[in-house]
Formats: sequence, C-alpha cells, structure tokens
Amino acid sequence: MAETATRSKPAGSGSKGRRGGTRSGGSRSQQSQGKTAPQAESPETLRDYFRQMSLIRRFEERAAQGYTQAKVGGYCHLNLGEEATVVGLMSALRRSDYLFTNYREHGYAIAKGIEPGKVMAELYGRTTGTSKGLGGSMHMFDTEVGLLGGYGIVGGQVPLATGAALAIDYRGGDEVVMCQMGDGTTNIGAFHESMNIAALWNLPVVFVVINNYLGMGTTVEMSSAESELYKRAVAYRMHGERVDGNDVVAVREAAGRLVEHARKTGEPAMLEAVSHRMKGHSVVDPAKYRNSEDAEAAREADPVAAFREQLVSANVLDEDGAAEIERAVQADVDAAVAFADDSPHPDPATLFDYTYATPVANDSRRLPADPVF
Amino acid sequence: MAVITYRQALHDTLREEMLSDENVFLIGEEIGVFEGSYKITAGLLEEFGEKRVRDTPIAEEGFVGAAVGAAMLGLRPVVELMTINFSLLALDQIVNHAAKIYGMFGGQSNAPMVLRTPGGGGQQLGATHSQNIELYYAFVPGLKVVAPSTPADARALLKASLADNDPVLFLENLALYNTKGEVPDDMPPAEIGRAGVTRTGSDITIIGYSRMATVATQVADQLGEEGISAEVIDLRSLRPLDRETLVESVRKTGCAVIAEDDWLTYGIGAEIAASISDGAFDYLDAPVRRVAAAEVPLPYAKPLERAALPSAESLNAAVRQTLDAVGHRR
Ligand SMILES: Cc1ncc(C[n+]2csc(CCOP(=O)(O)OP(=O)(O)O)c2C)c(N)n1
Repeated sequence: MAETATRSKPAGSGSKGRRGGTRSGGSRSQQSQGKTAPQAESPETLRDYFRQMSLIRRFEERAAQGYTQAKVGGYCHLNLGEEATVVGLMSALRRSDYLFTNYREHGYAIAKGIEPGKVMAELYGRTTGTSKGLGGSMHMFDTEVGLLGGYGIVGGQVPLATGAALAIDYRGGDEVVMCQMGDGTTNIGAFHESMNIAALWNLPVVFVVINNYLGMGTTVEMSSAESELYKRAVAYRMHGERVDGNDVVAVREAAGRLVEHARKTGEPAMLEAVSHRMKGHSVVDPAKYRNSEDAEAAREADPVAAFREQLVSANVLDEDGAAEIERAVQADVDAAVAFADDSPHPDPATLFDYTYATPVANDSRRLPADPVF
Repeated sequence: MAVITYRQALHDTLREEMLSDENVFLIGEEIGVFEGSYKITAGLLEEFGEKRVRDTPIAEEGFVGAAVGAAMLGLRPVVELMTINFSLLALDQIVNHAAKIYGMFGGQSNAPMVLRTPGGGGQQLGATHSQNIELYYAFVPGLKVVAPSTPADARALLKASLADNDPVLFLENLALYNTKGEVPDDMPPAEIGRAGVTRTGSDITIIGYSRMATVATQVADQLGEEGISAEVIDLRSLRPLDRETLVESVRKTGCAVIAEDDWLTYGIGAEIAASISDGAFDYLDAPVRRVAAAEVPLPYAKPLERAALPSAESLNAAVRQTLDAVGHRR
C-alpha cells in the first residue's frame, strides 16, 4: 500500500540505527504487506510485466557476464532486484513521455522500448548502440522512445529533467517527464533546487526515488536525516508518496496516478519506490559492507521469482506458460548478445564527429602525437 | 549607424532575437522585476511576460540545469548568471552536462543555449566578486566561449551564439558595459572561432581579449603617435581558439605581448604563448611577454586592487621592454 506525505505518521518507530546495515524504521517492513491484487490488471498485461521483468533479469545477468569477459568495460551498474520498480514505472509512461535516469539504467532503456540488442551493443561500445558506443553503460539515449539520457553524476539529471518539463510547459504540450534517481541522490543540492523550481513553476515532472537503501556502501539512514524520503516532498508543497517497489502492479498504479495528474495539472510529484539491490553497487563490487541479514532479505525479496509465483497461484500463468516466457526471453537476450558481438566498433576516424553540433572554424582535431602547427 | 553602449547593444540584440524566435527565452536571477543586476534585461519582462523572462530562485545549479534540459527539447534559453563568480555553483551542469550532451549521446541531442555572464575586477568588489575564471570554461571541449570587447562585437557575437546549436559561454565584463562604439544596424553575426585584427602593424603583436583587448587598442594608438606600429589581435573566441591569426601576425612582427585580465600561471596567455612557440618559434626575436593580473585574491583596497590588475600603463611598459629587447629604433 502506498503512503503519502500528507497522511504519514511520524518518522522512525524507535531506534533509527543511523550506522546500521539493516533496514530500520517501522514503515519499511509495512511495505511487504498487502501486495496489490493481480486482478487489477488484465492477464495479458500481467504476463507482459512478467516477461519484461524476466527479460531485464536475464539481460543484466548477461551484462555481468560480458563484463567478466571484458566485452563490457568501464562501470556497469545493474538493475538486479529492481525489476518490478523498473517495469512498473515504465509501463506508466507513454512513448512520448520523457525519462531521465541515473547510471543504473539498462532496465529502464529496455522497458522504455529500446531493443535489447541496441542496449547490449552500447555496453559493448559498438556503433549500433543507443549512443553509437560513445556513451556506454551510464549514458544511453534514444529520442524515439523519449529516453533523454542516463547520467553518471549523482543528481546531475534532476535539473535537466526539470528543464525538459519547463520546455513542455512552455510549448503547452501534454507530455510528462519522469526523473529517476537513487536514495543517495536526495541529499544533493541539485535535487533540492530542482524540487523547489518544479513546484514554484508548476512543471509536469515526477521525481522518482528508488530507495534501495544503499548508495554504494552508505545506508539511507547514514546519509539522510529523514530516511523516509517521500516526506521530503512536503518541504516543497509537493505531493509525495511511498510505494512497495517489489510490487510491479502497485508501482504501476502509483506512478500512473502521479503521471496522469502531472499531465492534467502540470503539478510535479515525488514517488519513493522501496526496493532492493540484490548485488553490489556495480558488477565489480563484492558488497562486503552488507551484513548477512540484509543480503538475505534482498535475495528473499526477489521480485521476479515472487511475481512468477503470484501469477501462477492466481492462475494467470501456468508452469508451462512461465517456462515458455523464460525461453523466449532467453532467446531475446542471446540475440541481443549476438547482435552486439557482430556490430562494428567505431572507426577512430570518427573521433571528432560529435564534439560540436554546429561546426566551427578552428576546432582542434589534433591527435595526441600531432603537432599543433 | 548608431553609437551605443555595450550594455545597449546586448539589450537590443536580446530583444530582437526574442522578437524573431519564439523559442528564445531569458532565465536567471533578478532579470525580470529587478530588470537585471546590470540592467541588460531592462523592460523585457514588461514586453515579453513571465514565460519569456523568467526570474529564478538563487539556485544556480538548478536553473542552469533547467536551461540545459529545456535546450535539449529545442528551446533557446539565454541564461544570465549574475556574475561569473556564481557560475561555480553551476559548474557541474555546465561542464558535465551542457558540454557533454552532444558528444556522449553520439550526436542525438544537444544543448543550444547561451550563458551570459560578466567577469572582471576593478570595482572594489573583493576577492569572490572580481574573478576572471573564463579559462575554466575555455578548457572544456563541447563548450564554446566568446568574449566580445566592443558594442559591435557584443551584437555580432550574441547573434552568432544564439544561432549556434551548442552551449556558448558569453563573457561580458563589468568595465565594458558603459563603453560606447559604433554598431551598424544590419550587422551580420560574427563567426565563432575567429579572432579579429583590430589594428594592423608591423613592429609588435599585442594579443588580448575582452577588457584587455580594448586596453591593447588604446596602447597601440598611443604607440602609433610615437611612430611605433603595433598590431592588435582581439581573440573574441577563447574556444575554439584562432591560433592561425595570431601566429600569422607574430610571424610578421617577430615579437608579441599578451594582455590578459586573468591570472598568469596556467592562464589563457600561457596557451597563447605556447601556440606562438608552436607556430612562430623561428620568427621570434624576443621572448613572448605576458601582462596578467597579480596572483592574489583580489583585494578590496583601491591602491592594492589597482596594483593587481593590468592597465594601459603596465601593457605599455611591457611593450616597450620587448621593443627594447629586439633593438627597435624609434
Ligand atoms: C556527484 C557524485 N558524487 C559521487 C559519485 C560516485 N557515486 C556513484 S553512484 C553513487 C551512489 C549513489 O547512490 P543512489 O543515489 O542511492 O543510487 P543507486 O546506486 O542506489 O541506484 C556514488 C556515491 C558520483 N557519481 N557523482
């Protein structure tokens, strides 16, 4: 069930465990109660949520594998454990709505409608990738589906999203901007500046905070004086709400409601989705800072397995049907990997093609060993 | 042809651009009701309304970033940063975002916007309000940085910056706002990346930008009265940098003095001196000299502030020392 900022109880029941590795605060545990009834949506829709969640799960497992094979370089932050949130949020957006994300974005790119092959090709740094191989894992982009970028500076995307909403408002369009970020982001100045501006100017942007309770190794209690993050909305006279991020239908419902409200009224809102990060911060992080209790909780909360079970017990899906979806998803990911593998690397001759949108006199095209004159 | 101030040239050009393109809007602190800290935007709120002239909270990172996002969707924001000193709070949005969006997404998006901001000292504003830190921006590929020194340049470069599809940091200078000059009515936009030769000469090259370009012109005029022929180059564009024009000039004159309002160490003059070494080493008859601000946080006290900033006198002295070194005969 969702909690809203206006109806919330006082924070933290008893010990707040600022330095603790475990999830504290009474309201957190309430999140697992009362999953939204699957009947709220059509069986086809529910099966499609399951398909997308499985696709993202499998894709991320293969991304990690690609990393260990050195086919994927740089940083690689996965959505493992956050699939229900990702799919729930993206299903609430129209294709013409805009999305800004942080660097943990592969799942969002896929769920917003980009072919998994293009996403994998970007991880592989190939010309067929979402950013022609120039962006990598953290910087995917696709105007066609309204993904206006993944950003690697924590909070950097928040002012941009606000500005995109300003452009929509300026032109009188009916699109909505969704701005995804992690819990750690809510302590960045840009977050507060943007929340204030969006509320002041009545801009159609929904700020979505994925509270997986960790920013790298720092817990939400260690970093946020008010760790029930949706309450921060109150400071900006904005509607804030918290939802169980492991429940795809609940996320869809809450996000859909806020997005449609923003579309109609232009009012911004904030949604906190409480989720789990199953693995380390990035592929190379063994997450030693995590205590066993917390790691176990993340494993148990596995939203893909839980949703499968839920659909099977509700007769929306039988075992064969589930297995068939899983096979199809596996084939999709295999095809994505093959596509990425077969795609060309960028030609070094194209190095200077994308520095300036308007070419200029005297733009330096010097390579490291070249003389200036 | 009208003689108007640098301030008026900026105001008139902004107004004109707003009249001709619906997508151009102004955003910044105190630009509307207050009519701008330096009154560049006077009257524009009244004429264009709140949608086109948007007063912001004191949140540099938030509103600069919002302008970047709006530019990504095709609007043409003109941001006024009250002074370049406050741009530091928006550094992330300028350097990590505006400058990178075109490149890192493989050319799929861009941020066509103009960041107008005055810099410079000399007004007894103290250390945090008197800086010339345009170098921080000129260092960054993906940004363009222009610095007009005359009312005509202000107009021509502002037009060019607004027509450009990249983010342009448009450097103004507090000391220039009241300076006057001829501005032709039908001026074409300037070409970003081209320096101007504002005086031709054969004895020495003086290279400057913004306020120091106007000081260089003054000094060249003084020297001319004594029969010394100085060539003056106004960089106009700090990125891209027109190395060809300045190297060509030094090849002709054989010596150069650089005049800059910023600090010496690692400053813009250092890049220019290196460029001259790269392109005109064999032509040099004397070491390249640099006239730059003293390397101190700019003091408030008037005599100290005056001592710290380059002036016509200090530039004149440096030019004479260089001419002496090459055995120039008057
Ligand atoms: C401004 C900035 N500071 C630090 C970092 C390094 N860093 C990358 S991700 C991260 C943690 C962010 O946590 P959160 O916002 O909760 O997102 P999550 O990783 O949980 O999705 C940090 C500190 C950064 N990229 N940008």
